[in-house]
Amino acid sequence: MRTDQLKQGLTAPICLTWELTYGCNLACVHCLSSSGRRDPDELSTAEAERVVDELAAMQVFYVNIGGGEPLVRRDFLDLLEHAVASGVGVKFSTNGALLSKAMAARLATTDYVDVQVSLDGASKSTNDAVRGAGSYTAARRAMDHLAEAGFGPFKISVVVTRDNVAELDDLEALAQGYGAQLRVTRLRPSGRGAATWRKLHPTASQQRHLYRWLSARPHVLTGDSFFHLSGLGEPLPGLNLCGAGRVVCLIDPVGDVYACPFVLHDQFKAGSVRGPGGFAAVWHSSRLFEELRAPQSAGACASCGMFDACQGGCMAAKFFTGLPLDGPDPECVLGHGEAALARVAPGAAPSPGPGHSRRAPAPGGVRPPDPARLLPVLPGPPPSSG
Amino acid sequence: MDATELTTRLDPPNDPAARAGTDDTPGAVDLVEDDLVEEISIDGMCGVY
Amino acid sequence: MAFDPERRYALHPQVALRSEPFGALAYHYGNRRLIFIRSASLVELVRGLDRHPSAAAALDALGIPDQDRTRLRRALEQLEHAQVIHPLTGGDRCAPTS
Repeated sequence: MRTDQLKQGLTAPICLTWELTYGCNLACVHCLSSSGRRDPDELSTAEAERVVDELAAMQVFYVNIGGGEPLVRRDFLDLLEHAVASGVGVKFSTNGALLSKAMAARLATTDYVDVQVSLDGASKSTNDAVRGAGSYTAARRAMDHLAEAGFGPFKISVVVTRDNVAELDDLEALAQGYGAQLRVTRLRPSGRGAATWRKLHPTASQQRHLYRWLSARPHVLTGDSFFHLSGLGEPLPGLNLCGAGRVVCLIDPVGDVYACPFVLHDQFKAGSVRGPGGFAAVWHSSRLFEELRAPQSAGACASCGMFDACQGGCMAAKFFTGLPLDGPDPECVLGHGEAALARVAPGAAPSPGPGHSRRAPAPGGVRPPDPARLLPVLPGPPPSSG
Repeated sequence: MDATELTTRLDPPNDPAARAGTDDTPGAVDLVEDDLVEEISIDGMCGVY
Repeated sequence: MAFDPERRYALHPQVALRSEPFGALAYHYGNRRLIFIRSASLVELVRGLDRHPSAAAALDALGIPDQDRTRLRRALEQLEHAQVIHPLTGGDRCAPTS
């Protein structure tokens, strides 16, 4: 059966997420990688090119480049072109602030590159409440640049939250206006999301609405992100397959390899590209990946009729909310997750740590100037009152 | 991308498919019960962008 | 156009074919589609297609027994439909489509 064939291990990932830098001009409240400050130990250009060469030799079809904000790296275009010339396609995610007209024009003439612009609301106030003042304007400007440069279809990627579920129709219209594809993904309690998940994740009622909305719109991409909702009726399109360590993995800016983008935590670290044997050795032989590729137990979900559809949901969502991995997802559509969450002791959930977040804003909400500032301050309106 | 370059990359020196599956009988074919060819949506696996 | 076993075929130039334990994965860089190929024999057949004057000859060369030829012809038809393989014109390799 095809999911078994995918789960048992592949010659190489189907897609590999590569976070190029922890540096970012934004400080989104749900950032999976807790990005903000560069790490002094990030892979050098030469090291990154060797990673590309390894991926090409393994025939990784394409990489999904993110961060932080990948355009922060001055060698971004060089690495992109090295990848494409080596036969590795590139899809990358950006907040758009650094996607100038010139960059858009360059991208429009580059083969095998796909662009995804992040946006978490159809309105400035909804979006900027999560992504920061000026971020909506910057994202829209980037989209305009891509359109004007004749880049062709790009993706708009939205993390679904309690506050933007009501704007899904508007987001779809926005994408249609640009000839772009809308992609919606699940908010996970990872990175800075660990601290904001409880307030931001959609309610059970909103999840049911989302399920119906998606079921009626097969053209909206989801990255199989909502397979935990499959128990609500006909499964959503997709394999309902957790790809961590099986068809995907992540390389972080300092070369550490994790099972997936949502589990940047030591428990899900498989190794380092800087180790002997490089990335290939980690992919093929790390203990973590061998464990993930072994048949998983349904555990507490074994007797539930929905398990075939939902597969127990998302490992990362369970891990960072303190739930056991062989039990229900925190957003289990039958409510088993909520019940389990109530039994998690305060402070018991694993912490993602501060990561590379910049210092918190001073009282009064004004962020102190960043002495290591790399980027100009975005022009834009003052933060809205909500 | 150079088409020649792409096609020459498609024959890695250690080809697991050449070792796996087929037995020694000339012409023996390893046809499984399932469809031999199936498209998988790349939007259909979590973590694949 | 329907699959014609008397035509000469080749792996599409925009397709990467990667061997896997179950056969191969094929990824088309142009249309971003991913195809499972679930037989090592079929993979070998596909890799060698352009070395023969026709798909039928390629099947002959691999010594495929008659009872399996129908399934493999059908698989080749599906692969053509997915643009993983394409017919070659004349004696030249087709230029890649963008």
